[in-house]
Parts: sequence; C-alpha cells; structure tokens
Amino acid sequence: MGEFVVHRVRFFDYMPSAIRAMAFNGSTQRLAVARGDGAVEIFNFADNYFQEKVIPGRSDRAIEALCWVRGRLFSAGLSGEIIEYDLEKLRPRYSVEAYGGPIWTISSNSQETLLGVGCEDGTVKMFEILEERIQFQRNLDRQKGRIISLSWHPSGAQIAAGMIDMIRIFDAETGHATHRLLVERGVGTTRNTEVVVWSVAFLSNDTVISGDSAGKVQIWDAVTGTLIRNHLITKWDVLGLAVSQDESSVIAGTSEGTVVQFQALASTMGQENNQWVRTRTFKNHTHDVRALVHTDTAVVSGGMDTQLVVRPLLDKVEKNTQESALRKILFPHKSLVCCARKAGLLLFQFPDHLELWRLGESSAKGQAGDRLPVMKNPEKLIQLQNKGEDHICCSAVSPCGSWVAFSTVSSVRLYKLQLSNGNISIKKVSKLPKELHSVHQLCFSSDSSRLFASSAQASVVVASLDQLQCKHLHTAFSAFLSFPGSSQPIHLLSASENGNWLAAANTDGQIHVFNLHKLKLHCTLPVYSSCPTAIAIHPTTGHLLSAHADQQIFEFSLKLKEYTAWSRSLQREGLHPLWLQRDTPITHIAFNRNKPAHVFLHDAFMFCIIDQSLPLPQARKKLYNQMDLKTISPQKRMQESHAFKICKMFQHLLSIHLLDDSSLVVVERPLADIVSQLPPPVRQKKFAT
Amino acid sequence: MVEHGDVRVVHKGGSKINFREPALSTDSRFLLCASGESVKVFSTATEECLHALQGHTDLITGVLLRPSNHLQAYSCSLDGTVRLWDFTDGILIRTYSIGYPIYGIYASAKHEGVIFIITPMHTDTNSELFQLVAVHLPQCGEQLVEAKELSAVLSNISSNPAASAFGREGQYIVSAKPLQLEVYFFKKHKSYSFFLKKDNQKGGKNTFTCITCHPTEDCIASGHEDGKIRLWRNFNHRKEYTYSTLHWHHSAVSSLRFTPEGTNLLSGGVESVLVQWRYNQESQRDFLPRLGGAITHISVSPDGALFCTSHSDNKITIIQSCVKVSAVIQGLVKGDRIRTDLMIEPRSKALVLNGKPGHLQFYSLQRDKLLYNLDIVQQEYIHESGLEQFEVVMAAFDASGSWLATVEERKQKAPELELNLKLWAFDDQKQSFVLNTTISAPHEGRITALCFPHVSDGQTTMLVSTSRDGHFKAWQLAAPAHTEDEGPSWSCDFLGAYHSLVPECCCFSADSSLLAVGFQEVVTVWTPASWELLTTLSQPPGAVRDLCFGRLSCSKYLLGATTSRLLCCWNLLTCSLEWVTSMDVSLLLADPLSENMAAFCFEAGSTDLFVFKPGEPRPLFSHKALCSGRVTHAVFVPREVMLESCDEASQWLNCSHLYFLTQSMDLLTFITKAEEDKLTASSKQLVVSDDVAMTPFHLLLGKHRDQLENPQAESRLSVEPIRQPSSSAGINELLQMPAHVLPSASFLCSMFVQSLLISVNKPSEQNKEKEEEMESEKEEEDSDGEMESRISRPEHMPSGESGCAAPALTKEEVRELRRLKKLDHSWMKGLLD
Repeated sequence: MGEFVVHRVRFFDYMPSAIRAMAFNGSTQRLAVARGDGAVEIFNFADNYFQEKVIPGRSDRAIEALCWVRGRLFSAGLSGEIIEYDLEKLRPRYSVEAYGGPIWTISSNSQETLLGVGCEDGTVKMFEILEERIQFQRNLDRQKGRIISLSWHPSGAQIAAGMIDMIRIFDAETGHATHRLLVERGVGTTRNTEVVVWSVAFLSNDTVISGDSAGKVQIWDAVTGTLIRNHLITKWDVLGLAVSQDESSVIAGTSEGTVVQFQALASTMGQENNQWVRTRTFKNHTHDVRALVHTDTAVVSGGMDTQLVVRPLLDKVEKNTQESALRKILFPHKSLVCCARKAGLLLFQFPDHLELWRLGESSAKGQAGDRLPVMKNPEKLIQLQNKGEDHICCSAVSPCGSWVAFSTVSSVRLYKLQLSNGNISIKKVSKLPKELHSVHQLCFSSDSSRLFASSAQASVVVASLDQLQCKHLHTAFSAFLSFPGSSQPIHLLSASENGNWLAAANTDGQIHVFNLHKLKLHCTLPVYSSCPTAIAIHPTTGHLLSAHADQQIFEFSLKLKEYTAWSRSLQREGLHPLWLQRDTPITHIAFNRNKPAHVFLHDAFMFCIIDQSLPLPQARKKLYNQMDLKTISPQKRMQESHAFKICKMFQHLLSIHLLDDSSLVVVERPLADIVSQLPPPVRQKKFAT
Repeated sequence: MVEHGDVRVVHKGGSKINFREPALSTDSRFLLCASGESVKVFSTATEECLHALQGHTDLITGVLLRPSNHLQAYSCSLDGTVRLWDFTDGILIRTYSIGYPIYGIYASAKHEGVIFIITPMHTDTNSELFQLVAVHLPQCGEQLVEAKELSAVLSNISSNPAASAFGREGQYIVSAKPLQLEVYFFKKHKSYSFFLKKDNQKGGKNTFTCITCHPTEDCIASGHEDGKIRLWRNFNHRKEYTYSTLHWHHSAVSSLRFTPEGTNLLSGGVESVLVQWRYNQESQRDFLPRLGGAITHISVSPDGALFCTSHSDNKITIIQSCVKVSAVIQGLVKGDRIRTDLMIEPRSKALVLNGKPGHLQFYSLQRDKLLYNLDIVQQEYIHESGLEQFEVVMAAFDASGSWLATVEERKQKAPELELNLKLWAFDDQKQSFVLNTTISAPHEGRITALCFPHVSDGQTTMLVSTSRDGHFKAWQLAAPAHTEDEGPSWSCDFLGAYHSLVPECCCFSADSSLLAVGFQEVVTVWTPASWELLTTLSQPPGAVRDLCFGRLSCSKYLLGATTSRLLCCWNLLTCSLEWVTSMDVSLLLADPLSENMAAFCFEAGSTDLFVFKPGEPRPLFSHKALCSGRVTHAVFVPREVMLESCDEASQWLNCSHLYFLTQSMDLLTFITKAEEDKLTASSKQLVVSDDVAMTPFHLLLGKHRDQLENPQAESRLSVEPIRQPSSSAGINELLQMPAHVLPSASFLCSMFVQSLLISVNKPSEQNKEKEEEMESEKEEEDSDGEMESRISRPEHMPSGESGCAAPALTKEEVRELRRLKKLDHSWMKGLLD
C-alpha cells in the first residue's frame, strides 16, 4: 500500500462534553443528546446511529432536559427558558421564559398537546403546544421545594412529580395534588441528608416508579399511594429511569456507571400477576449515567464519561448480527481538524476557540516502522478566541494556509494570515457579504481563491477571495447556489482540485454537484437511503466518491453522470462483511496525486487505502491481510492482495490528511487522555483491594 | 493362588458423610445421610447416630425422603438398586432393582409412583455421559421388585446430582451442563436450552456448578464457577428469557437451596460462609461465617426449621433457621494428604491419624464416631495458602498405649527444616495423653521412621528413631537425677550409624530382642540390650523400603521390601535368605495377633493385596486390582470378638480387620460373606411383611387378628416368656422403657431386685402351682402388644409376684434372698452400664 512519512499528531486536546440529557423520537428513530456545553446532537438510529446534526452550544445554556413533540425538539435548562430548536437551520428557533427559576425537567403528555415543566420554585407549569410556538397555560398547585422530575400518566390525566423527599401526584385537570408519596431517606450517615427523587415514571397501570439519591428504585401504587416494592441497587444515586414502549421493562442509571434493568415478569407461568424483578446489570460507563433511553431493542445510555453507549437487548434482537453488537460513540461524526495541505498547517476546532499548528519536521530517513527524530517541534501558531457566547460550529483553513474562516450560529469570521519567516500576522476581514451570516459548513477551493459555505437556507454561498490586493482585502459575494427539493442542512462540501466542481450533500442523502464556472447545478446523484458521511471529487478522473453511514461506497462519474464501472462491480460483488460490521463512519476521503488509483479513507479505528486497480475481496477471504501479505512470497502476494488495504496501527483517529509532499498527518486522541481529564468517579469498594 | 470368593471390599466405618446431600426429615428431628454403603440416621438434637440402614452392596449415591410418605426414604446406590426404608425404625421396606449403577435420585410429589435417577448412558463402558431416567415403581407387596418401566427424560447430563433439580410443583426439571441450562417441561414435553459463553469479558468462568428451583415461583437459581449466582426467569421462552446476577462468592458456588417458602436463598462455597439472600431483596443478605471447611452441600428441612451444610472436612453442621449453628456431626477427617501412618491406639482401639491441621484424631471404628482430637502442634493454625506451618508427620504408640511419640516438622527451605519430637504419656485421670517431653531438633535431617519395642508386660522405656542425617537414635526414659518433683523424661541413649548410609526404616522383633534397621541396601540387626551390631543382611540392588519381623511362630523371619521390586525373607537363625519374590511392595504390614502379613503391591496402575505367612510359600489370600493408585496406608484392627470362620480364604480375617486408605482417601476394609450374612440377617428380622406402617394401632389390631387366626401360635408365644430367665426380661423392661414414664429410681431398684431374686431361686413348687395364673396374665399382656405391655408390666408384676411369692417364702429363704440381693447389685450395675 505504499510507504509514507507519518506525522503522528497527539497534541489536539479535544475533550468531548458530558452527556446531560437524551430524548428519543420513536417515530422518526432520532435520538437527541444534550451535552454539558449546551450542544444538541441528533443521531439517526435508523441509519447506523449516524450523527446527522449538531446544534452548537452556548456557554450560558445548561440543558437539563429534552423533549420531542412530534418532530419538534424542546429543551429546558437552568437558565429558566424553554427553547425550541430549528432542526433545519440548526439553531434555536425561539425561547420562552418560564418565570419559575431554573427548570429541572420538561415532559409532554402523550397526546402531545401540553408541555409540563418543573421549576425550582416548586411549580409545575403547563405550556400549550401551538403550531409555531408554545404558550403558557397555567400553574399546578405550587409545592414547597423544587420539582426535579416529571412524568405524565399515558392517559394525560395525572402527573407524577419527583421532589425532595417525596413524590407528588397531580390531577392534570384540576391542578391539585392528589397524593403525597414520602420517599425514605438512606440509612446511616445519609439519614440526615435529604433524598432527591431524580427520576419518576408513570405507567398506564397506575404504577409509579421512582429513582432517588439514596440508591433506591421504588415501585408505588398511584391509586392508593403505597409503596409496593423497594429495590436498593446502589450505594449512590439513581440518576435516571427509562421505560420501554410496552412498559414491560424499566432501566435505571446509577452514579456507579451501571444501568440496571427491571422487568415485569409473571412469578408463575401462565398467570398475569406481574412483578417487577431486577434482572440485568450493564456496566459500560465509568462515571454517572445521567441520561437513559429505552428503545425497543436497546438500552441507550450516556453520562459524565461523554460516551454514548447503545447496548442491544439480546432477547429482542437476533444474536450475532450487526444489530446485537455493543456500540460506543466516542467522537463526533464530522471532522474537527482541517489541514492546509500545501502549507503543512493544522487547524483544530474547539467549542470556543481555534488553534492553528505548524507540523514538525524531520530530515532523517529511516526504514518502514522506524521512529524518526523530530528536527523541528510542532508549533502552535495562533489561538483564535471566539468572542461572544455562541460556540463555533465549523471552521476551515485554506490549502495555502493564508485564510482561516469559522462560523458560529450567528456570524462568520474570516481572517487573512501571513506567515513569512517566522512573523505571523493576522487580519480580520471586516466586510463580509451579508449572505455569509450563518453557515453549517465551510470549504476553500484548492487554489484558495474561493470560499464555499453552506448556508442556513439550504443553499451554497460562493465568495471569491481577492488574493492580489493584500492591503484592501475584500470578498465578493459571487453566487448563491440554491438547493432544489429539500430544506435540510448541507453538512458536506467538497470542491474539486481543478476548481470545476463543487459537491454538496445534505442530511436527506441528496448529493448535488455544481459547475463552478457556470455557477449552476451540474447534476444530482441518485439518492441513496443512507446519509453520506464523506464525499470527495477525484482530481484527475473527475469521479465523485461518496461514503455512507451504512459503510457503502459509491463512485459517480461527473462527466458521464452515471456510476462508474468500479462502483457497479463493487455493488454487484458486495462489500466484505467485516467492512460492513465496522461501527464508525468514514469521515474523510482523499486522493493521492502520484497514484490516481488510490483512495484514502479513514474512520475512528482504521485507515484504509482502496486500490481501484486490484480485485475486490471475496467475502470468505481475510479482509485485514496486510500483516499476512508481508510474510508470504511476492508471487503469492499478488494473488492474495485485494483492493482494501487496511491499517489498524492508529487508533482513536480524529483525522488523517495527505499533504502535498506525500506525507500523512494522523491526528489521534487516545481514550486514556480523555479519561484522565474526567473528574474522578464515585468511590467504589472493589473486592480484594 | 487363592481366589477371593467370599471376601469383599467395603466402605465400613470412617466413610464420607459429605459425599451426597443429606436429607432432613419433615419434623426436622432426623438427618439421613449417605455414608459408604449404609444410610445413617442421626438425631439432629443430640448429634448421635441412631441407626444405620444397611443393605446396599455398593456406595450409596443419594438419599431422599419419599414425597408421599414423610416417614419413608429412598436411597440409591451404585449397586443398581433403589431401596425404600422406614427410617424411624430402620426397616427396609422394599428393594427396587434397576440394573444400572445409579448416581443420583430425584422425586416430586406431583409424580406419584415415579422416581427419577441418573444412570450412565452406556452400561458397558466408563463413559462420561449420563442420562436422567424416569422409573415407574411397580406397586406390589413383594420385597424385591424389579423396576422395568424406564423412560429417558434428559440425556447428556452431569452425573453430579446438584446439577439437576425439579421446578415448581414438579412441572419441569432443570439440568445444567457445563455451559448450558436445559429446562424440560413435563406437560408440554418440550425442553428449552440456554447457553452461556465460556468466559465473560472479565475472565470469570461461567461454568454451571449447581442448580436449584424456587418452590412457588418460576425462578431457577444457578451457581457458577466464578462465584456468581444467576436467577433465571421467563425460561419458557426461547429468546425472551432473562436472568439477574448476584455476586458475593469469590470462587465457585458449590451449593444453592431455597427455603421451603421461597423467601430466602442459601448459598455456600469454598469460603465456608453460608450466605442467606432475601429473595427479591437480594441486596440484603445474612452471613454465617467460620463454618470450618468448604461447604459442599446445603439442605433444608421441609418445615424450614433447620438447614444443614456438609463440609469438605467430612462434617455436617446443623443450623437453625435463625442462622445459628446448633449441632455438628463430625466424621473421620480426611484431608488431601495423610502424613502419619494409620495407627490403632491400644487402649481404646481407636484409629489414629492426622485430623485437623496440627492435630491427631482418635476415631472409633466400632462406633464410627470421632472420639477426640489431640492437639500436637499446640499452635494456632492460620488458614492461608502458601504459608509453611508445623505439620504432624509421624506418630507411634507403644504396645500398651501408655506412650505416644509424635514428630512435627515445618519446612521453610530444605536447610532450615524445623523438627520436634514429642513424647506423650497417657494420663489415667484425664484419660488423655499429656505432653511429657519435647525434644526440639532430635535429628539434623528428616525423621524416616519411629518405632517402640513390643514390650507386652512391663513399661516401655525405649524409642528408636531413624533419620536422613545417617543416624538412628535410641531414646530412653530416665528419671532426672537432680530434681525430685519432676517425673521421668526421655533423653538420647544411643546414637548408631552404619557406613554413613541413610537409614530408611526400622523394626523391632516380636520379643524386642532385636532391632532391624534398613540402611539403604543393607539391613543391620542390632541388639537393643547392648547396642551391638549382630549381623548385616543385604540383597542388592535396591534400597530396603520396608522392614517387618514375623510374629508368633514366624518370629524368626525378617521381611524386607526393596525398591528393586523384591520382597525378601531372611531367616534370622541361619542369617540367610529364605526366599525372595519379585513384586513392587508399596506397604508391608504384620498382623499383631497372628502370623499373617499383608503386602500391598503396586502393579500396572492398581494395587494388589497378598496376605501370607512368612513360613509358607503359598499366600493365604490375594486380591487383584484392589483399587487404582498406590496404597500407602493400612492397618490391622483387632476384632472385639474373634471370628470362628474356618473357610481358608477368610481365615486371616478372624483376628483382625484390615483397613486401608486408597489414593482418593477412601477408607476401605474387607468383609467376609458370613459377616455380611449376619448383618443382613439381623436387619431382615425387622422387616414388616406387609406395606402397612407399624403404627401402635396396627400392632394392637394386627396382633389381635393374628391371635384369632392362629391360636396355636399364640399358645406357643405364651409359653416362651416363661422359659426365658425373667431377670433378663426385667432388665430389658427397664432399659427399653422411656425414662419419663418410669417410677422413681429407688422404687424401681427394689422392685427390680425382687424380680431378679425370684428368677434366681425359682421356688419350683410355687411356680408350678402358679403357672396357670402366670400364663393367663402373660396372655393378656401379650395381646396388648409391645407398647402396652411395657407400661403395664411394672404395675402388674410387683403386685402379682409379691402377691404370689411373699407368703410362700420361709425365713431361710428370705435370708438367702437378702444374701443374693447384696451380691446381685454389683453385676446388675455392670449390666445397666
């Protein structure tokens, strides 16, 4: 597969944010995840858990709860506001002040007409859900102490509210509290500390299940207000509860990082006297499990350790299939690293700042596998701090390294960089065309003369950058390429090397190719069911290569406007099963100028060169055969080798780039580095320690 | 070669009581436990063995209460029979012959007349495959019934009975294979299998070790190799089954039981802690720690009042339901290794060997009971693996049983061997051995043999020890010169060596006039009186491993077993080799009461036994393939009553039993046909002919009916008691009557003596006169049945007999009676004792 000089970069201190809340929309199979920095991520569970959209956070936005109402997403947080998100423009649509202090919880009734929020001042406030907004309807009886958790009875007639030391049940019609369920405090020293009911669940058979800070999961009869069963599952807190759709299973997340499942089982066969029995325990987290979702087939959990874990329930899925595998989603599905491949610069994107690094250099030569001595250490050139509360949603550096652009929800900033013999000067381009105000993706053309931006109106903005007039920098708005047929945000942009083409993909799976000379739509690719995760146009052949969330790869000839023969044969023969079983999407595609048949791809755990001149691997052959090939004779090697050359030497990859001097830049983020930055987990007694 | 026609190897005495799960009776009063070839019935309150149910001819593999009658119990055995017992009276009710070796037995109240047994899949080979078979027990009144209706339920199951269990109300049966759980539903005739992975991610082993089912709910509890307990539910679905995991044990769970109400789950393992889990509140649990040995079985009485745990050190602990130990039944402690020889304590005839760590145990083979433990090391034993601690490696008794010599050693590294030789004197007051002398570092090397001379009459004053340091030492009992208050103690008297060879063994001749010490290839013969080297005998190559002098008429012979697979016999009168034979003798043993010698020979992976007289070329008895592995420990145990067998093959067993310990630590012995017949005859006498339970009501009515049916038998019965000496009848009454219905002792005594007097000087005329009366009285009494008569007789007899006897006595006779009365007291006391 060729030999490269590799820059192994580990100085990107990327730190994901803790997961605070989750909500699952069963009808669209979308999971919304709220992070500690206020960002909201949308995962498509129907499409290989692909992270479709990211709504950037705000430093003053602390989301405590999320709620789907039909296709609309609401959040509430400690700022006291209820926010509805615009999922097409990827920004809050509006926010409504609840006037009850910080909001701890938000929940809609099953009829999806009312939204209840639990506030710090002890009120449960009802908001009516209207077409375009929500409107305050009324308050339920005000209680002493904050409302921590809320759950509607499926009929919508009652609400259970978890509070300090108690659970209240309200009549939703009258707004009066009908029951007060006193929750016992912990034993021993914890007797003096009040117990917080972190989570409640109201089932249709008038059963209330609660999880509290004393480590108990309690099952109550809501008609009589009596405790039915008490399960002590941890010494620490039970932070979250989630109920399956058919109400036969409940999961509880604890501070120890465990998720405990309870099932309603008949104690004797053939009878209907179901009892809630503690059954399985899943331990996939090291820290607090703050958010839980019980889908029909899996337990989805997230918490302080920033990982999203999808643990399939083996009694609900076929065994030994792709569906039955445990998935951990560690890294975002879009690259946070941008590389100026001519200048050898790396741009790292953080929520509130950008870092521009110059790669190190080495003049030594060595054998394959050698570690070369670094002559010149990598150097941080610039740290660009974003002003304002909004977080950065996208950024880009031009291939020549002279332009840096980034965008927040509200504005785009463009900087002109000058790097000449050690002197760095940066200048902000002040007058940007007004069309460039809110973009989702930024991309420079290969000659750095144009900036492409996917705007909120489902269109691509092309701005030309005047390179010659250095003193009077100006950008000109040159074109506005509107996207036909869909209003979904464009999440991928890729310009061809020769400046002829621009490919853009949106989350509906549409890929459009624009002719940049004529500034109009050239062609539209056939829509594939799975969302594209990376696209790139081949510099010489002009083929568009796209990788999709279900791990399929397509090659489309832009000249002939059809799939190429190689792509057809790939579809005909099918990809190797092991390739399809990988669980992280391909986030970047690149080409080698020297070897046109080579395509570079990578996901979080491997990096692959597809040699289009070699035969495709058979399903029964070994996919990962690079190690074997080294040992066998050259003749046999020819027979055994196939198109997919996979390297697993680098793990936890954030990005791989091919520089113009044919050296590779590998940006790794070892998991241990992330774990070391996490706060210490709760103390647990381990046996024999 | 004499064939072993009617001599059989049996488990008798000192057998494992922890082999299978014991059964507790419904009222928690009795504990039934498989012990070798008999089922022992213990009282849970007193720990006493009430009786042994004998009849099986091979190892018993299961005891089970009969679900339909709580006074009866089934037992199954490798001899291919299932026997039904009335365990309160110790009566064999019926024997079902199955025809295949049985490894376990199950029954359920819902399956009337059916028992489930574990048998091998293939009868011919020693296969590892077993199956669960349902046996329909035929309903007929015969003693020995052949059960022919067999139907296989589950195949390929484990032979371990703990790996299968009946579910709620007998609706299903669960069986665990190494990594698979199989549930068979009887109603639907359908079975479900659930699999586990070999290892979980953390490296724990998921192998099933035991299984039990909840009595009222559909829940299966399974124990696993890594100490986890899984509670399986919803197992009537192939896919939607579920389980929860409990984890406290750090190594394999060996037993699990639910209490009868299903409120608690008991578990136990190597930790020797009984854990009680609250069902459905599993975070709450109670512990009963420090139970001694690893728990091997747990059983629960049907009323839930008692639990009992079997332990690996051959012990059963009875535990009240409030998790408190109430009684301990201790069997012969057999560790993984026995360092001392098997010995017989001459006083109590108890078997002595290593017991608890640092102790010698005294075990009565006759009563099959542990008498006591003697603490030899007198140091705290620390239960931790890898720690070197003092061990008792050698012990010897002198002929009269007044001295005990023990050797304990602690090996840290080879050069730092720590040795102690201790001499213990028997204290008549304490009835125990008291430490007399401690000799630390008696030798520089490990002691290889320890020997007292056989002085039958006088006091033993000598002990010989041989050691790897190339010396043998004679130790002498001597009074200390300077201090008066101390008793005599032991000190070294003579130190002998021969060409710096290492002595391996030593032996005194029967009259103790000679001492033979084997120095590798050379046997040296010394006279202990002057410590002169008399002669040397040698038969190279091969070092002498074992030396033994002949007894009684063969005392001129000295036998030696060498490592070059030779057994040599020297004649000490001629100092020449009498005969030599080639066999790999692992143990040579002389019967102290006869000329017989026993040689255990290791041949092709198993051990053969030859019993012979040194003077005769032909062995008296030989037994090929006694057991697999080497036999290194055996002992002749003198019989209490000599046997009068004239059969050639079993004659050698007349004076002594021969007990030996196999490599798997089973204590086995030989039994003759005649003895066996006697045992079975005594038990068969008790057999009730029909199936009806022996209730008092039945005895009452049944006897009446018998009398009506055959009056001649009745008349014969009525005559019999008269022929018997009435004194023994009186004693019997006293002994058999329950204590609480007896009148006061003073009253009883005089009455008792009176009854004796009449019998001794039977006034013939009066008796004859009164015979008619007596007869009629006896008749009545007999008709009332046993129970009745015992109560009524003490009331009757004084009045009746004084009424008839007192006026007839003359003064001389009265004087005579008084004299006899004085005489009689002493032996009566002896009888009572």
